[in-house]
Amino acid sequence: MKMPTPDAAIVARRREIAAHLRTLLKPESVIDHEDERRVYESDGLTAYRQPPLIAVLPGSTAEVSAVMAYCQQEGIKIVPRGAGTSLSGGALPLADAITLGLGKLNRVIEVDLPNRAVTVQPGVTNLGITRAVEHAGFYYAPDPSSQIACTIGGNIAENSGGVHCLKYGLTTNNVLGLEFVLMNGDVLRIGGKHLDSGGYDLLGVLTGSEGLLGVVTEVTVRVLAKPAHLKAMMIGFPTSESAGDCVARIIAGGIIPAGMEMMDRPAIHAAEAFVRVGYPLDVEALLIVELDGPECEIDAYMARIEAIAGDCGAVSCRVSTTEAERLGFWAGRKAAFPAVGRISPDYLCMDGTIPRRRLSEVLARMEVLSQQYGLRVANVFHAGDGNLHPLILYDANQPGELDRCERFGADILRLCVEVGGVLTGEHGVGVEKRDLMPVMFNEQDLDHQMRLKCAFDPDHLLNPGKVFPQLRRCAELGHLHVHHGELAFPDLPRF
Amino acid sequence: MSELRPESIAALTDAVATASAERLPLEISGAGTKRGMGRPVEATHRLSLSALRGIMLYEPEELVISAHAGTTLIEIEQSLAQKGQQLAFEPPDWARLLGTAPGTQTIGGIVAANLAGPRRLTAGAARDHLLGFQAVSGRGELFKAGGRVVKNVTGFDLSKLLAGSFGTLAVMSEVTLKVLPRPERTATLLLLDQDAATAAGSMAAALGSSNEVSGAAWLPALLAQRVGVGEGAAVTALRFEGLDASVDFRLDALMGLIGGAASRLDGARSDDFWCRVRDAEPFGADPSRDVWRVSVAPLDGARLVAALPEAEAYLDWAGGLVWLALPAAPDGNSARIRQAKGPSGHATLVRAAADVRARVAVFEPEPAPLAALSRRVKASFDPLGILNPGRMVEGV
Ligand SMILES: Cc1cc2nc3c(=O)[nH]c(=O)nc-3n(C[C@H](O)[C@H](O)[C@H](O)COP(=O)(O)OP(=O)(O)OC[C@H]3O[C@@H](n4cnc5c(N)ncnc54)[C@H](O)[C@@H]3O)c2cc1C
Repeated sequence: MKMPTPDAAIVARRREIAAHLRTLLKPESVIDHEDERRVYESDGLTAYRQPPLIAVLPGSTAEVSAVMAYCQQEGIKIVPRGAGTSLSGGALPLADAITLGLGKLNRVIEVDLPNRAVTVQPGVTNLGITRAVEHAGFYYAPDPSSQIACTIGGNIAENSGGVHCLKYGLTTNNVLGLEFVLMNGDVLRIGGKHLDSGGYDLLGVLTGSEGLLGVVTEVTVRVLAKPAHLKAMMIGFPTSESAGDCVARIIAGGIIPAGMEMMDRPAIHAAEAFVRVGYPLDVEALLIVELDGPECEIDAYMARIEAIAGDCGAVSCRVSTTEAERLGFWAGRKAAFPAVGRISPDYLCMDGTIPRRRLSEVLARMEVLSQQYGLRVANVFHAGDGNLHPLILYDANQPGELDRCERFGADILRLCVEVGGVLTGEHGVGVEKRDLMPVMFNEQDLDHQMRLKCAFDPDHLLNPGKVFPQLRRCAELGHLHVHHGELAFPDLPRF
Repeated sequence: MSELRPESIAALTDAVATASAERLPLEISGAGTKRGMGRPVEATHRLSLSALRGIMLYEPEELVISAHAGTTLIEIEQSLAQKGQQLAFEPPDWARLLGTAPGTQTIGGIVAANLAGPRRLTAGAARDHLLGFQAVSGRGELFKAGGRVVKNVTGFDLSKLLAGSFGTLAVMSEVTLKVLPRPERTATLLLLDQDAATAAGSMAAALGSSNEVSGAAWLPALLAQRVGVGEGAAVTALRFEGLDASVDFRLDALMGLIGGAASRLDGARSDDFWCRVRDAEPFGADPSRDVWRVSVAPLDGARLVAALPEAEAYLDWAGGLVWLALPAAPDGNSARIRQAKGPSGHATLVRAAADVRARVAVFEPEPAPLAALSRRVKASFDPLGILNPGRMVEGV
């Protein structure tokens, strides 16, 4: 992975820049000592490390704005950072960039339950939002497995999902308003407590922009009333084909469960060894289906799902009878990453999405690749929405193994695109999938995306080196390639 | 005005590239049913997408459909209905409201206007269902964004940006949408005789309960009568969808929670009622009034109704969407409505005479830095300003 060459002139100015930043922020909010900078050297994609030029921890929107305006003026790059749990290297520092940590902005600003809206600063954790409203029977629906740690600012930047997104949508479907700061220091507000606004949907495009368009300093989300009941079922299958078939038939049968997750044999075994929740060990695939709503509805759907599963050849089916049992079903799934972490020194988590009906084919081809590369893989799968998380097991201490693992991962993602899917379902492109973007998008597609970037950040100072394989200057991107008189209009009358 | 009606993607690309080369502004249209909404466009040529039609891919078990932009909504909805599915954002048909031909609108137009009906509350708007698209930007270049799967964060989410851009950034040639199962049963609880403020409280209580309401509207007696419900009383309508037993259970539970005089609409009668709410039918019959659609925080809706006693008004989206009709005024009632609304929320002028729509801000005016950013976004897709100039904002 090649990052942009650091600007030596900027790196040489570290002291002077830090001194100036201390005039903009509280001195203790500016971190330039080498040991302390190292704290920020990596995010959830731990294979890459790079301490930042300086880290700053602003305590207000005004401070964020002041830092950004100064950096714009001086041509200094900025990498925004929430909790640093990104799995795509979105928050990976650059040697010549300031890491802008939003962690100090961690206040819940307003809980407005009659309007079902909560306004928070970007450093509030995902779970922190639910914590602020659960006393009144509400919750914030998108629930990434990292929800204890990850921040809502990071969720906005990555448009994060979770197991309940099948029914309740991703981050983007649950955000109502934002305050954000442009690279030039301008503070803008979009949306509010109301739904759709007129004008361009900048709220929609900021969500999922991976910190490349603006720094989010305030977020308003909608919260939902908690469902009356929740039950989960755990269904074992002799093959992943039969499990995949069952998922397709549940959905074709008009049922959208609150969550529908699949694990393959290696993932089941790793999870069971870790949390001991009674997962069946003699199956090739395990489906966890959660339903919510009134009990009569849950039971009716469960009966239908059980029948479908039976038709698909399921060998076991358990329905949770208590809340503790339901949480137990999930415990293994939610701990799948650390569980795999126990059986391998390192692992790389991939995140492609595929049309669900191609699942068994993709799993089979992945198995072939696994043999070819000599690396094991365990699969957890947001089956309801086709989002695969193959975890490739490797050992970074073995020379060449990280490289092999990355090539294997890239092949998996190419495969996802080949069957009609995409490179990333919820973790973002970051640095990890940056160079694969041309697999999905041609030059014209990418140019249109980069031009949007230019409308927000014409000098490419905000989180450069992420998402786009090659950054082209905005002036060059703006050129109109019009060949006057050379266009052919065979079937059109001339104007 | 001459009309171009390309029959292939290549011809569409050529048409825009030519317009770009010759700096000719184009008015982009599907079936033209929403030409009466937004600012009138000043263009010498019209580019109609109506010949680029047809469903390209429909995979019910993947919950996805792709169609050429000029495909009619009716064609799409019929295909979906055959598999027990639907577009969950309940696209309205405002043809009657805008004096055009009902049942002709195209999917491209629906996406470009980011339409949404009563289920916006729980299911989202067109923006939330657009998974990907192919389009020709004002530079005359064909490009695509997004994909054909529900979960996708690869690259900027340009689908959100195109939805609601009214053809001012790029001309969509294909759209891919998420579809969802149709509910097996629908029923509506009508709470009778509540005023707007009481209704806002009832709707907040409903949405704050676990009874999964998928529509929440309030109509005063006069407007309820126009859509044939309430028998002379105002109605607060709460919709329940799903399995038989669940619909009954939730409806009863909610009635127990809120209480008071009530009646109930089932099946087709319930569907019919929500179609009328969706299509602003209470205002369709009288073209002399200016019609506004105001999006606010749910509890602010009833306040806005109270602040505008001279307006005919009803609430959707649990109070967050206020439909208003006022006797036509030279400024389309813009000053009055925006002043009553206050600084938050968005007021959109949906129907007024063309000269009025040319004069006043049809969409909520943006503060200067935001307006400047929106102009830069426009320029990044359409640097010469040839696509629907002035459709959303004067001079842009
Ligand atoms: C164990 C584990 C499980 C996970 N499970 C899931 C899951 O189920 N679903 C899922 O979607 N993801 C998951 N993730 C990925 C990750 O948690 C999410 O991407 C999360 O949203 C990142 O939040 P963060 O606060 O850690 O952001 P960071 O990692 O700090 O930053 C992520 C990106 O956001 C940008 N950013 C951060 N804050 C801001 C801001 N305020 N303004 C602008 N840009 C900003 C950064 O520049 C970076 O590009 C998981 C990660 C781990 C480690």
